[in-house]
Amino acid sequence: MNWAAVTPEIVLLTMACVIALVDLFVTDEQRRPTFWLTQASLAVVALLHLARLNSAESVYAMQSMLVSDPLGHLLAFFATVAVMITIAYARSYIGAREMLKGEFFTLSLFSLLGVCVMVSANNFLVVYLGLELMSLSLYALTALRRDHGTSTEAAMKYFVLGALASGFLLYGLSMMYGATGSLDIPRVFEVIGKGQANQSVLIFGLVFVVAGLAFKFGAAPFHMWVPDVYHGAPTAVTLLIAGAPKLAAFGMTMRLLVEGMLGLATDWQQMLSVLAVLSLLIGNLAAIAQTNLKRMLAYSAIAQIGFMLLALTAGVVSGNTLSAGNAYSSALFYMAVYVLTTLGTFGLVMLLARQGFECDEISDLAGLNQRSPWMAGVMAVFMFSLAGIPPTAGFYAKLSVLQALITTNHPLHLWLAVFAVLISLIGAFYYLRVVKLMYFDEPTADAAAPSEEGGGANALLAANGAAVLLLGILPGGLMTLCSTAILRALAT
Amino acid sequence: MGLLSVAIWLPILSGAVLLAIGRDENAHAVRWLALVAAVASFLVTLPLVTGFDLASAAMQFQENLPWIERFKVNYHLGVDGISVWFVLLTAFITIIVVISAWEVITERVHQYMGAFLILSGLMVGVFCALDGLLFYVFFEATLIPMYIIIGMWGGPRRVYAAFKFFLYTLLGSLLMLVALLYLYYKSGGSFEILDWHKLPLPLSAQSLLFFAFFAAFSVKVPMWPVHTWLPDAHVEAPTGGSVVLAAIMLKLGAYGFLRFSLPIAPDASRHWDWLIIALSLIAVLYIGLVALVQQDMKKLVAYSSIAHMGFVTLGFFIFSELGISGGIVQMISHGFISGAMFLCIGVLYDRVHSREIASYGGVVNTMPTFTAFAVFFAMANCGLPGTSGFVGEWMVILGTVKFNFWLGLLAATTLVFGAAYTLWMVKRVYFGDVANAEVKALADINSREFTMLALLAGAVLWMGVYPKPFTDVMHRSVTQLIQHVGQSKL
Repeated sequence: MNWAAVTPEIVLLTMACVIALVDLFVTDEQRRPTFWLTQASLAVVALLHLARLNSAESVYAMQSMLVSDPLGHLLAFFATVAVMITIAYARSYIGAREMLKGEFFTLSLFSLLGVCVMVSANNFLVVYLGLELMSLSLYALTALRRDHGTSTEAAMKYFVLGALASGFLLYGLSMMYGATGSLDIPRVFEVIGKGQANQSVLIFGLVFVVAGLAFKFGAAPFHMWVPDVYHGAPTAVTLLIAGAPKLAAFGMTMRLLVEGMLGLATDWQQMLSVLAVLSLLIGNLAAIAQTNLKRMLAYSAIAQIGFMLLALTAGVVSGNTLSAGNAYSSALFYMAVYVLTTLGTFGLVMLLARQGFECDEISDLAGLNQRSPWMAGVMAVFMFSLAGIPPTAGFYAKLSVLQALITTNHPLHLWLAVFAVLISLIGAFYYLRVVKLMYFDEPTADAAAPSEEGGGANALLAANGAAVLLLGILPGGLMTLCSTAILRALAT
Repeated sequence: MGLLSVAIWLPILSGAVLLAIGRDENAHAVRWLALVAAVASFLVTLPLVTGFDLASAAMQFQENLPWIERFKVNYHLGVDGISVWFVLLTAFITIIVVISAWEVITERVHQYMGAFLILSGLMVGVFCALDGLLFYVFFEATLIPMYIIIGMWGGPRRVYAAFKFFLYTLLGSLLMLVALLYLYYKSGGSFEILDWHKLPLPLSAQSLLFFAFFAAFSVKVPMWPVHTWLPDAHVEAPTGGSVVLAAIMLKLGAYGFLRFSLPIAPDASRHWDWLIIALSLIAVLYIGLVALVQQDMKKLVAYSSIAHMGFVTLGFFIFSELGISGGIVQMISHGFISGAMFLCIGVLYDRVHSREIASYGGVVNTMPTFTAFAVFFAMANCGLPGTSGFVGEWMVILGTVKFNFWLGLLAATTLVFGAAYTLWMVKRVYFGDVANAEVKALADINSREFTMLALLAGAVLWMGVYPKPFTDVMHRSVTQLIQHVGQSKL
């Protein structure tokens, strides 16, 4: 029983319960004690994960059901920071919408706990446990604004479709158990490697596992929930859904597909390339037609996930795993940069929204440069980053993925790279359209302007934009971090 | 900190500072700060030429620092005879652009000046970069400020022009990115351009790389038939934007041919030279005819730019010293001349607010000093001996005639077409009787406009009368390039 390895999760669980109780006695309308207590506990958890980042060996805990390795800790660290930033952005937004209740903080902490459990899992059941903990908290959060029709509808959709997808995943995992005789991921890897498992059952299970994963990523053709949930949920919750859970889905993919089922790589790589191509096509083409900013960002998320999935298809080429480290670390870097940029875009949407006015439509951003030049600049940085134009972090993310594809020297991957590049050109259009509205158009009469009292959140948004730009000039550090984490994870 | 780094980062950081502290209230201070920054950035580039080693074909003023460990990308800068004059040209044109915007730009001056200064630094970066990824980052990054400039301060169809410019150029560049990554893989994990020059490659790979680079650079130059973004972008951009687009951004594409296509894929370049020569001649002839029928002055000069750049690419692909040197001289000269012509149109537009030729007539009567400049630059555009326009064209025509008499003859028709469209425009706009009340009310150029036109006229005259410093600096590097292209890599 290795308690040291799971200290961050224990702290998180304890603080979530403590905050749930403490909030009952908080009388402050602004919920300041709850807010600061949440941020403090998140900071402690982040630091605990950071401290374990450089551990040399992977440590197994809880009867080998959890693994404490650099990959898990890195993903958990990113996720914790993402949730911290989300809550910081969300405070004034939810205050104006009668969502500023203790439940918001508690449920966010529980969903983060689910994320942390998922990314450190070493056993199928633990993966599922983490997944459900995260998802159920998110379903509840989506419905938190209970007298708002759109939110409730989004919550219903999310819940029903999410439950279905979890069911797929569980069914697939049960097939894998049936074929390999174990729920332990290293054991599954061993059995598949020795060829002792029934191939048809394995593949059958694999299809359902990939389907479940694709849903959680929001990859086409399992993407139907993404636009509706992103649009319908209150923006604070949209950011919670768009940030840390994507890292969790990535972690889940690494644990299940790479650590467990690498022997079946030829099969799931094929599936992922189909998912990637469809996501890129559907995401980019549909985003052009959108007039609602949150929906556009949702379809853009689908496209971004498609691009990231391309990197995952380049891991095992012609039977050898030489390019695996390169491919998976590129995917991790892409996810990290994507989550950072997403935090900023939705954060800006929240900061521009105010009482009775949602900054929902793309046209709400018109003339932002004249109303608030720094905000327009920050949003422009995010848009260029998502489009992949240097010198922003998003360019290096796309570069890493393209590099992973091209260095395999395999014709399929080369064609995928050319396809990805051409599709990103189409994608660049709707990001440029946002920049065009902000800079080239006049503001409308009832235009939104950033509120004065959001001082702390404004500073955070500026820092967020600066980070994306800075990573665009000096991306090396983050790249090496991701690369080391993946290489250590693959080595064991 | 090396000279090249200062030349790149001084304008970028000055631009960023202006963006941060500038407001509509302190526009006056912003203008002066911008001018100081532009002049300082130009002065920093002068030692590059005065301290240039004429006997060496190697890269000079080199700086090499590790940048992104993961992909072994280095912050590697350097200039040789081919690129050094473009660094100076960029810094010089930036000063001119800042002066040209003085009273004309009144809204969000700090963002205008900031965008141009940042753009200037990025363009210098393109010319100095010796690492493939560094080159690409600078090359692409220039799209952002230009897009903003066209869209914010441009003409009525500026949004269409800005999108077209951005997406068209991005398409070519993205294909180049794939080529760069392929070279990274083939060279065993290196982005060093000089290593790629020496990398042996089979003809099939060379051809694919050649076409990937061709996609990017032909759109940038621009070559027929992917030139259609240029008339829109140049016409709709504000005067300063048109000047920078014509004077420098087009040269990024031509420079790319010299730095990438020719040395990395020499066999493919020689194999496909007929294609580039054909497209260049089409640009010279067909686009020359298109320029003849234009009613909008800016569009006329835009098409004239395409025709002149056709000369440049023609010079490059005849693979002789005269051709390549002539092409580079033509690039520099065209930078001055087309910049000056767009400024002249800007001077007229600021007063009458029309770019149509029909709105003018007999400007010489009310603006004699200005007409002197305008006619001088028009003559330079035609290729009058004594102006820089002649030197480049003469060298390229001579080189082409040596290569193939009939192609040389076709190329020489530019002297006829160029004169035709330019002089006809000059005749309709400047000469004759005063055409209407607006022309009658015109005031001649003030000291600011005089300064910027005089600076350019000086440069054009100097290069036309004494081009030796320019060709001397280029000589060794061009010779080395030709030797390199002559050897097969197969």
